[in-house]
Amino acid sequence: MIVIYVITALAIILGMFFAMGRGVSGPTLYDRVLAVNAFGGMTVLMIAVLGFLMSRPDFLDIALVYALINFIGTIAVLKFFEYQDLGKRSSFSETPK
Amino acid sequence: MEAIVDFALLAGLAAWAVAIVRLRSLFGAAMLFGIYSLHCALIFVVLDAVDVAFTEAAVGAGISTVLILGTLAITGIKLEVRHTRALIPLLITGTIGAALIYASVDMPLVGDPNAPANLHIVPDYIEGSATEIGIPNVVTSVLASYRGYDTLGEVTVIFTAGVGVLCLLGRGKPKRSRKPRG
Repeated sequence: MIVIYVITALAIILGMFFAMGRGVSGPTLYDRVLAVNAFGGMTVLMIAVLGFLMSRPDFLDIALVYALINFIGTIAVLKFFEYQDLGKRSSFSETPK
Repeated sequence: MEAIVDFALLAGLAAWAVAIVRLRSLFGAAMLFGIYSLHCALIFVVLDAVDVAFTEAAVGAGISTVLILGTLAITGIKLEVRHTRALIPLLITGTIGAALIYASVDMPLVGDPNAPANLHIVPDYIEGSATEIGIPNVVTSVLASYRGYDTLGEVTVIFTAGVGVLCLLGRGKPKRSRKPRG
């Protein structure tokens, strides 16, 4: 069974290298943001696989929280690109700018 | 078998570091630093330091990426390209790295109960935590009580750093509608 987990982990690491290629060579900024996001997703998978590999499946909770952090981080970066600032109100807010 | 995964993770980390150094786009480097932090967090998970990995992912991949981007929005994204070869810094860094690797051979194994760090005062902490402090979590009692002044100093340092960053980034920026391009 451990062999399967190791093979899965190595496959995820291979996927990380693919995301790395896009992050290094990506012509536009959004390719790189996407590379970070994809890498975050693979981090979540990797933590889950590592939890089973180290026979501690309670790592699954941590992987879930990582997914949340990844989501919030991507939102923060994209919001920064949109408004050049994190503190400004979005266009959906009711108060006038 | 697990060692294969460890080796692959460490090789990936080294590859990220080389890629960041070689990259000539500052925004791309900021993004890659976020990925580097996520990779570091994975290695911390392998070392069974899940809380440290958590901090690394939240601070390294989240907040510091945004802070670096904020700095780039203020300073501009131009990079001065130098064509000189930095041989002496490379030599110094290589020597220090080799010395550190040489020193790491003498280190005790991870989690070794007979390591000097685990024999000095840690048994007292583990035995006395429940009666002396009354907190069942030993890590919390070490952080908040046994080494309370240490933690206070750390919090002061972090607070000062946060105030410094706010002073630098919180000022009004010149009006620019330039969109960043990678």
